[in-house]
Amino acid sequence: MSPFFTLLRRDARLAARSGGGAALALSFFALVATLVPLGIGADLRLLARVAGGILWVAAVLAALLSLDRLFQGDYEDGSLELIALAPLPLELTALAKLLAHWLTTGLPLTLLSPVLALMFNLPPPATAMLFVSLLLGTPAVSAVGAIGAALTLSLKRGGLILPLIILPLLAPVVIFGAGSVARVLDGFGGTGALELLAAFASAALLLSPFAAAAGVRLNLGS
Amino acid sequence: MNFEMGAYGVYVWPAYAISALALGGLTLWAVIAWRRAKARLAALEKKT
Amino acid sequence: MQSLFAYANPHNFMRLSRVVLPIAALAAAVTLGLGLYLAFAVPPDYQQGSTVMMLFIHVPADVAAEAAYGAIAVCSLFSLVWRHPLSDTAARAAAPLGAVFTALGLITGALWGKPMWGTYWVWDARLTSFLLLLFLYLGYMALWSSIEDETRAARAAAILALIGVVNIPIIKFSVDWWSTLHQGESILSGKIAPVYLTPLLLMMAGYMLLFVTLWLLRIRTAIIERRARNLMVGA
Repeated sequence: MSPFFTLLRRDARLAARSGGGAALALSFFALVATLVPLGIGADLRLLARVAGGILWVAAVLAALLSLDRLFQGDYEDGSLELIALAPLPLELTALAKLLAHWLTTGLPLTLLSPVLALMFNLPPPATAMLFVSLLLGTPAVSAVGAIGAALTLSLKRGGLILPLIILPLLAPVVIFGAGSVARVLDGFGGTGALELLAAFASAALLLSPFAAAAGVRLNLGS
Repeated sequence: MNFEMGAYGVYVWPAYAISALALGGLTLWAVIAWRRAKARLAALEKKT
Repeated sequence: MQSLFAYANPHNFMRLSRVVLPIAALAAAVTLGLGLYLAFAVPPDYQQGSTVMMLFIHVPADVAAEAAYGAIAVCSLFSLVWRHPLSDTAARAAAPLGAVFTALGLITGALWGKPMWGTYWVWDARLTSFLLLLFLYLGYMALWSSIEDETRAARAAAILALIGVVNIPIIKFSVDWWSTLHQGESILSGKIAPVYLTPLLLMMAGYMLLFVTLWLLRIRTAIIERRARNLMVGA
């Protein structure tokens, strides 16, 4: 398992160093959360109702920002070929990379979310649900995103097509994530939605390394 | 034959028209592409 | 499998499709013509009035859209697992057809929704699922176009198509769940009166046959285009 964690640490450190890592995603997240009330008005009741959906969409988009570089950096300088030839299976490599991505995007976004929920006048139970849903759901975003990143890694401007490919696949995540918050706001329990979200995330984390590895292989020409 | 759509005609007829146009257009596009490809191949085969 | 691989040879496919294509085209024309005739012969619905006419062009479009994606998924599976050479060509050829059917489903759905519910778009569960399907098609076609190397593009697109087809039931389930959450309306609900069933089935068959016809034609075109390209490269 040691090579796995070495890769994980390396990628997380690289992500943190280049382009400010989490800072970019966090700023984007906060900016969207700021722009939306500017766009729809400061009606606090309305903001509370849309908070779950807006913040979830903002989190997905923020996580998307650094996704196209997931494999591309290593591909361009040739290190991806070396990594693929290493004893660590390519599937585990993909898993390590997507986890590193989550550690530098999804996780910080989740941690910031209660602050943004405050700006949207979200009551505490709903805020707690938002936090948990993001915690469970953002790994799924990184997982599905990794597949898209692998398929498009050879494209110079792959970043343009990446959202088009993976956002439809992420619709269930947004639905269940924001839905859990909406359920709590309406006075019901959000755990049903969380269970569905957790199921999707588990499946995504389990299966996406295989798909991502296949994507890397086809681009390395093997 | 019932062509009286009443108040809903303004929705039904455009829907049928758009469907006909889209499917007809698809057919036309496919046929034109086929003919063009055939012609090109014939011209190239004549050269070789 | 053995007989299927016989048609992997473009030459065999051309020979077979030359026979099948006109038959499919004729069948499409007949079923569509008959379906349309019957559609305009039925009386208006007791509750829905003449908007029931939308049924005959909305549902067939939806069915064809899903069938096309299914075809792409099957071809993608053949391409990845059995390396069936024509599969990539076939998959790519089906995509624009499926996208147009999906768009038609959305447009007719909107035009159906307006008289029923007062607005063109009501975030009905089925329409929302189809909107996402349209994006799946667009992403698939964009992936094909943006990767220069054809072999790579084919394999990437095949992977994407298989992931898409696995996701489609999940997307549908989640959108259904979402629409119950927000109490969305439903355009198509309840049973269909038997008098409407025959024209509906005919139209569905007609749309499917039209898809098959155009699909075969587009595959033939792609094969010929490749032959032309090879001749040019050879010269």
